[in-house]
Amino acid sequence: MPKTLFEKIWDNHVVVHEPGSPAVLYIDLHLVHEVTSPQAFEGLRHRGLKVRRPDHTLATMDHSIPTTDRSLPIVDTIAAKQIEQLRINCREFGVPLYDLGDKHQGIVHVIGPELGVTQPGATVVCGDSHTSTHGAFGALAFGIGTTEVEHVLATQCLLQNKAKTCKVSFDGAITKGVVAKDLILALIAKIGVGGGTGHVLEYGGSAIRALSMEGRMTVCNMSIEGGARAGMIAPDDTTFQYLEGKPKSPKGKAWDDAVARWRQLPSDEGASYDRTVTIDVAKLEPMITYGTNPGMGISISQPVPDPAAIADGNSSAALKKALEYMQLEAGRPLLGHRIDVVFIGSCTNSRITDLREAAQLLKGRKVSPKVRVMVVPGSEEIKRQATAEGLPEIFRAAGAEWREAGCSMCIAMNGDQLEPGQYCVSTSNRNFEGRQGKGGRTFLASPLTAAASAIDGAVSDARKYL
Amino acid sequence: MKPIKTFTGRIVPLQARDVDTDQIIPARFLKTIDKQGLGKDLFYDWRYDAQGNPKPDFILNQPRAQGATVLLAGDNFGCGSSREHAPWALMGFGFLAVISTSFADIFCGNCLKNGLLPIIVDESTLAELFAAADRDESTKVTVDLGRQVLQLANGREVEFPIDSFSKTCLLAGVDQLGYIQKQEAAVVAFEKSHPETISTTA
Ligand code: SF4
Repeated sequence: MPKTLFEKIWDNHVVVHEPGSPAVLYIDLHLVHEVTSPQAFEGLRHRGLKVRRPDHTLATMDHSIPTTDRSLPIVDTIAAKQIEQLRINCREFGVPLYDLGDKHQGIVHVIGPELGVTQPGATVVCGDSHTSTHGAFGALAFGIGTTEVEHVLATQCLLQNKAKTCKVSFDGAITKGVVAKDLILALIAKIGVGGGTGHVLEYGGSAIRALSMEGRMTVCNMSIEGGARAGMIAPDDTTFQYLEGKPKSPKGKAWDDAVARWRQLPSDEGASYDRTVTIDVAKLEPMITYGTNPGMGISISQPVPDPAAIADGNSSAALKKALEYMQLEAGRPLLGHRIDVVFIGSCTNSRITDLREAAQLLKGRKVSPKVRVMVVPGSEEIKRQATAEGLPEIFRAAGAEWREAGCSMCIAMNGDQLEPGQYCVSTSNRNFEGRQGKGGRTFLASPLTAAASAIDGAVSDARKYL
Repeated sequence: MKPIKTFTGRIVPLQARDVDTDQIIPARFLKTIDKQGLGKDLFYDWRYDAQGNPKPDFILNQPRAQGATVLLAGDNFGCGSSREHAPWALMGFGFLAVISTSFADIFCGNCLKNGLLPIIVDESTLAELFAAADRDESTKVTVDLGRQVLQLANGREVEFPIDSFSKTCLLAGVDQLGYIQKQEAAVVAFEKSHPETISTTA
């Protein structure tokens, strides 16, 4: 029987599957960060267990760390304690840690691929919902809770029920100014934040094939924002080129053997999916969200939807509540709406191609004096590369802040946060109430839209600058 | 974990859909290294004003929420972040079950591992429960996990789904790690028969 990419990886990782029980799934790569792991390590200690495979485990700190001068002590004592706890846990259990100051430190979903530990055909988990990012390599990658983090640390396995599959085709050629972020925002606007529940999405179509690995990671990253268990893209030459020569990619004959195996992974001709969704990419414009979940998105030129025009009472009420929080008027365009902050960063859009896109617009221009603009690279590696390309000078000359690597204002745990009532165009993935700081209001968009909005001091269409 | 027994509890209606885990427990409370003590921060930004005073119109601040054990909420409850702090906070407040028409996948899994019951009902039952809770603040339901039955105040019984493995674990009060540990021989055999190209330590 023809199989999908997901089914191939699933079948290849089932250790046992007894009737009436979920499958025991083997995990090839377990990524760990400071926020969702302390209770799991404590659980191991309590039960007298070890980490079964430290060599399949990798830790870094990204969520609650400052993105300012790293030589200074961390002033938030509670965050400092959590960070120190990760150090203690990694030392005690022998888990490799990419600590602050390490040349590979960064957002966990950025450094996995950079190091070459995220590989096609692998199962990847992390106590973090955006683990779906790694699916861009043709891996089965998904977020887990802290209890499951403990399970994987202890056994390298996870209990799982098999998800359903959904094929998402992005067909056609994208037009100028439309980038990976717009593809995924368009999908979520179409299916809704619960639309992918219970499913693994497989992205395909000509527009996906044409994307760089960075763009594919942006797409897969936000699968969870559509409620999906995971998102994945079949590996191809783009994937192999990205991985070849990475610090922990296979080398020599092992590389050739691996690529030969990875070439077998794409879904077979005639493989069937539980659902399919198709998006005509040629018609897409840059996307932006106006509401308080990532499904509340529109084309940049469209007006904010009107709750009165929605028949379903629950949806109408939800929209009304969102517009109240956002203090937006139904029927009015978002274009030209004042903003206070622009955040370019996060595991969605902090990679080198994202920074290049933003820099392309900001080069030789100034950001609005009314707007605070933060550019936060996803990792030390990206920071180095950007520096080699002269991007920090472009950002600084334009009046933007160039900061140290971390999650920063995506989650506002580290003091990088919005003030109540502020509006922010953000390249991150969540516009939930208060996500970027209590009372803050988020418009999610691409790095291009973010940079254009920074210049204008208002929500802007980047295409006029291209 | 304690075995889950049949219980009767008062319901608290939360009229919102797509409630994300950032609302259930905002990120700034995730710097803890414990599971305990999160109940006071549950729905913090909906529950307290800028000065930290309880907002009287928020349902959890009303007398009816004191001692209530069942939360009623709109569709797709628990979406967004995977933080297990969400069920920890709900349980810390005193909830034993959440009723909705659907739950986000990761949240649902996290609940089942902590003994917080995610009870899925159809739309009309949810509407009926909301209406009942609106009419009478002391509206109760009975949850019988063994029979997978939710009994409404009017006596009507509604079946709810739960995977049989989780149900067995919850009724017995055992966690799921033990089951995986018993498969150690199979795990070793699996590792021997599968080529490994990922090493984080090499
Ligand atoms: S950048 Fe944001 S979404 Fe990504 S891992 Fe960090 S906090 Fe989570």
